[in-house]
Amino acid sequence: MYMKNTKLFKLLALAVAVLMVVGVMAGCSKATEADKGETTANSDSSDTIYRSLDEIKESGSIKIGVFSDKNPFGFVDENGEYQGYDVYFARRIAKDLGVEVEFVSTEAANRVEALQTGKVDIILANFTVTEERAQQVDFALPYMNVALGVVSPSDKAITDLSQIGTDDAVIVISGTTAEIYLEENNPEITLKKYDTYSDAKTAFENGQGVAWANDNTEVIAYANTVDGYTVGIPKLGSDDTIAPAVTKGNESLLNWINDEIKSLADEQFFHKDYEETLVDTYGKDYEEELVVEGGVIK
Amino acid sequence: MQALVTDLGFDVLFRGTNFTRLLGGMWVTLEISLISVALSIILGILLGVVMTLKNPVTKAICRVYLEIVRIMPQLVLLFIVYYGSARLIGLKFEPEFAAVIVFTFWGTAEMGDLVRGALQSIPIHQYESAYALGMNRSQTYFSIVIPQTIRRLLPLSINLVTRMIKTTPLIVMIEVVEATKVARQIIDANRVASPNAAFGLFFVIFVLYFAVCWPISLLASHLEKKWSN
Repeated sequence: MYMKNTKLFKLLALAVAVLMVVGVMAGCSKATEADKGETTANSDSSDTIYRSLDEIKESGSIKIGVFSDKNPFGFVDENGEYQGYDVYFARRIAKDLGVEVEFVSTEAANRVEALQTGKVDIILANFTVTEERAQQVDFALPYMNVALGVVSPSDKAITDLSQIGTDDAVIVISGTTAEIYLEENNPEITLKKYDTYSDAKTAFENGQGVAWANDNTEVIAYANTVDGYTVGIPKLGSDDTIAPAVTKGNESLLNWINDEIKSLADEQFFHKDYEETLVDTYGKDYEEELVVEGGVIK
Repeated sequence: MQALVTDLGFDVLFRGTNFTRLLGGMWVTLEISLISVALSIILGILLGVVMTLKNPVTKAICRVYLEIVRIMPQLVLLFIVYYGSARLIGLKFEPEFAAVIVFTFWGTAEMGDLVRGALQSIPIHQYESAYALGMNRSQTYFSIVIPQTIRRLLPLSINLVTRMIKTTPLIVMIEVVEATKVARQIIDANRVASPNAAFGLFFVIFVLYFAVCWPISLLASHLEKKWSN
């Protein structure tokens, strides 16, 4: 009886194993099939994880990673269309390459990974150039400036960090460049840290701190929409830039983007982009401060 | 009332195609979880039978598999399958496909363990009584063991199914745009115009998930009642 038992079960086990292997293989072949359109060129030319310029052109579509929830840089409007400063540029890249654009909604934390695994061809998601990131991906020429800014109530405007007394606190969002910068350079300032944008905003409006430090784009947008607040310090710390990024080693695409950014300077493309997408949020005053034209930082 | 509707962001919901997009996001959630659930139940039943084997090799393999699933957060599994496969072997999965693999991998293990538990909970004397009555092996299984196993399995597996559906928002991390991500997109696009839209939208998400999971629980309790008589 028992002998028969184990035999039967062994057979069953074998069947299960076969099923699973077949399942996995079917899965793989399905995945490769789905990707065939874009990777056939890849398979004859090279084993690289990224797609070169020619491969992208041949496939007829480019995958660009953008934010889908960072208004006004990359967001989805009420009709389900991608919009924003980064998206405007992304559409232009696709148009000039002569291919369709396929937007991939990206999370901030996955931007490097998405490039390294070839899930997207370009990241255009408010990607600040840092030394650490530059070791992992290749940045093209910048198309926007970013610095830190400090917003405070207009009647007690803070225009210099030295105005902040020992009993005062500055509000920051945890994990942002503002927090890191202030901790390193101004350890004497007391920080009150909040996890989300809305928590920090509520705390600031309830007078939990004398000022709020964040990316200058964020504080400018805030002061423009809420009455009674001024950006006393529009630029703090080192000037950072925002640039498109490609997978490390993807020379052909990188060079093409750099040439594109240079040539777009003739028509003042990024100024037009600013006026189309950012002017409602930041106003005309910050145009020269934020826009980088032709990859040249003034 | 009007003020309440605006304050809590319910008006945002009906602007443009927002509501359709939200439903579309929910459909992505449902599609991925239902495919995974179906695969998990089939594979899980087979695995459960394998788990009851007295063979030390299959026992060890099942044990390792189950422990991996229990120890690893689903998010880690998602990253391994979606990004890891591309990095290590150059496989380019669609993110939805990667999600189905991970949820099936997880569901099969848990389902298998439930099936094993249910099978082993049938006392040995029931088999012996059946054989004593002259039933053969398959008769014993189909008339005695399996009906009781299914009854014992049902509440537990329904619990697993709803848990799987509720875990799907994790797939946002591998670039799938599902219901919660659509909600965040809508909230952000209206950050200035309706700063409180988050409440309204997540309330709707709550209602959508409830609408999906509640009928499943109802069906389960209905079947349980029916079979207990």
